[in-house]
Amino acid sequence: MSKIPLQFRHNGRDVAIFVDGGTNLLVALRELIGDMTPKFGCGQGGCGTCSVLIDGELHLSCLTLAESVAGRSIETLDGMKLGPNLHPLQRAFADNFAAQCGYCTPGMLMAAKALLDRNPSPSRDEVIEAISGNICRCTGYEPIINAILAAAGGRVSA
Amino acid sequence: MAVTVKTFTSVSEAAGALSSDRTARYLGGGTLVMRALNEGDVSISTVVRAQDQALTRFDASGPRITLGAGVTFARVLAERDLGFLHAPARSIGGPAVRNMGTVGGNLFAPNPYGDFTVALLALDATVAVQGGFGSRDVGIEEFLQARDRQSGTLVLSISCTRPASTGAFRYRKIARIKPKGGSVITLAAHLPISGGRIAGARIALGSMAPTQIRARAAERALEGQPLDAAAIAAAASAATEGTSPSDNALGSAWYRREIVGVHLRRLLSGQE
Ligand SMILES: Cc1cc2nc3c(=O)[nH]c(=O)nc-3n(C[C@H](O)[C@H](O)[C@H](O)COP(=O)(O)OP(=O)(O)OC[C@H]3O[C@@H](n4cnc5c(N)ncnc54)[C@H](O)[C@@H]3O)c2cc1C
Ligand code: FES
Ligand code: FES
Repeated sequence: MSKIPLQFRHNGRDVAIFVDGGTNLLVALRELIGDMTPKFGCGQGGCGTCSVLIDGELHLSCLTLAESVAGRSIETLDGMKLGPNLHPLQRAFADNFAAQCGYCTPGMLMAAKALLDRNPSPSRDEVIEAISGNICRCTGYEPIINAILAAAGGRVSA
Repeated sequence: MAVTVKTFTSVSEAAGALSSDRTARYLGGGTLVMRALNEGDVSISTVVRAQDQALTRFDASGPRITLGAGVTFARVLAERDLGFLHAPARSIGGPAVRNMGTVGGNLFAPNPYGDFTVALLALDATVAVQGGFGSRDVGIEEFLQARDRQSGTLVLSISCTRPASTGAFRYRKIARIKPKGGSVITLAAHLPISGGRIAGARIALGSMAPTQIRARAAERALEGQPLDAAAIAAAASAATEGTSPSDNALGSAWYRREIVGVHLRRLLSGQE
């Protein structure tokens, strides 16, 4: 079966790759671009650790047909840092012990970024809702919620 | 396994491709189709996409609203004129699933999914479909009954009448995992009132049968009655009639039968 050419923006840079028909975006990012920050958890939409932003909107890369992002802009955790500095959300996750094994962290950060980009001062309930598609097996969620609220409150500088 | 992806710019070409190939599956938001591919579902060898803007268009301004099949739940939630559909849209998945999943795809979602369709069934929606030989409108109930045989048909849009008042349309999803989670049962009721009495009651249930169904006995119990305690009690006790729920990880068939009347009573009496 022939390969399909695909171009899109990946963390602000244009990329061009060839994919097999039916390849999902998570596989394309990890195996063809070498961006290992979106994680593979379930491949079924259930865990959220593969979350990325597509044109600023939160999507599950494991359920996204790679071809459907042609010409669009993808953001992953790899593009989150601001130059040499951590993004305020990353800083807040570190300061608030919001990661243990860290497997859910990339998806949590993307879900949190999608929220804060749209709503810079969310309520606690809005934070809970925003990460409701992301499963964490370690933290019990409270530190994650607190970290996102801390980043939103501007209590953490970049 | 690699599949062939066919992308078309018009719905008619996509419909043609879909109706001429038994192994072709239309890709809406992909939340179920991509999952099937990731799981190695070999029954899909061709994926058909349509980039026709007609599919994402919607008209929410008048008394009758129309949603393109490709409209996402996030889009429904962003539209104030679609306020009566916000509760069903909000009850689906997490934010990413709502950004991706479409109204058209929900018509095909098996249990424990298909929540939005329960609302559309209570609203007597009409589904516009296109087969190999042109388009036609089908009542949603008829559509759902033949759902398994719809594989070669493209859904273009879904339309329904806006409820006359906010109280006339009610929706409730019972889930174990909040704020997201598959449905234990899902209920929607449309109760137009004329001269103090219910005229044209529609009650729809999800996860109470292989597809979403109307609770006709409960509807009959309400028809022509004021929405009072006696009518509500009669409807609640008739709620299981005609249902055939099954067991799954979220609840047993027995449990579903036990609770459906309780939740219908709460829905009808406006209890939280
Ligand atoms: C983690 C997770 C949580 C979920 N939670 C819920 C939930 O709470 N409630 C709920 O109802 N659903 C839920 N879903 C299921 C699903 O996301 C929704 O039902 C959604 O509406 C499916 O739409 P889609 O566009 O993504 O479908 P797709 O995966 O694109 O398609 C699903 C089926 O519909 C067919 N189809 C899609 N569009 C058309 C069309 N226009 N014409 C003809 N056929 C078409 C496809 O061929 C396929 O057979 C969940 C899914 C996941 C992964
Ligand atoms: S890997 Fe995508 S949701 Fe789990
Ligand atoms: S920190 Fe381990 S899964 Fe969240």
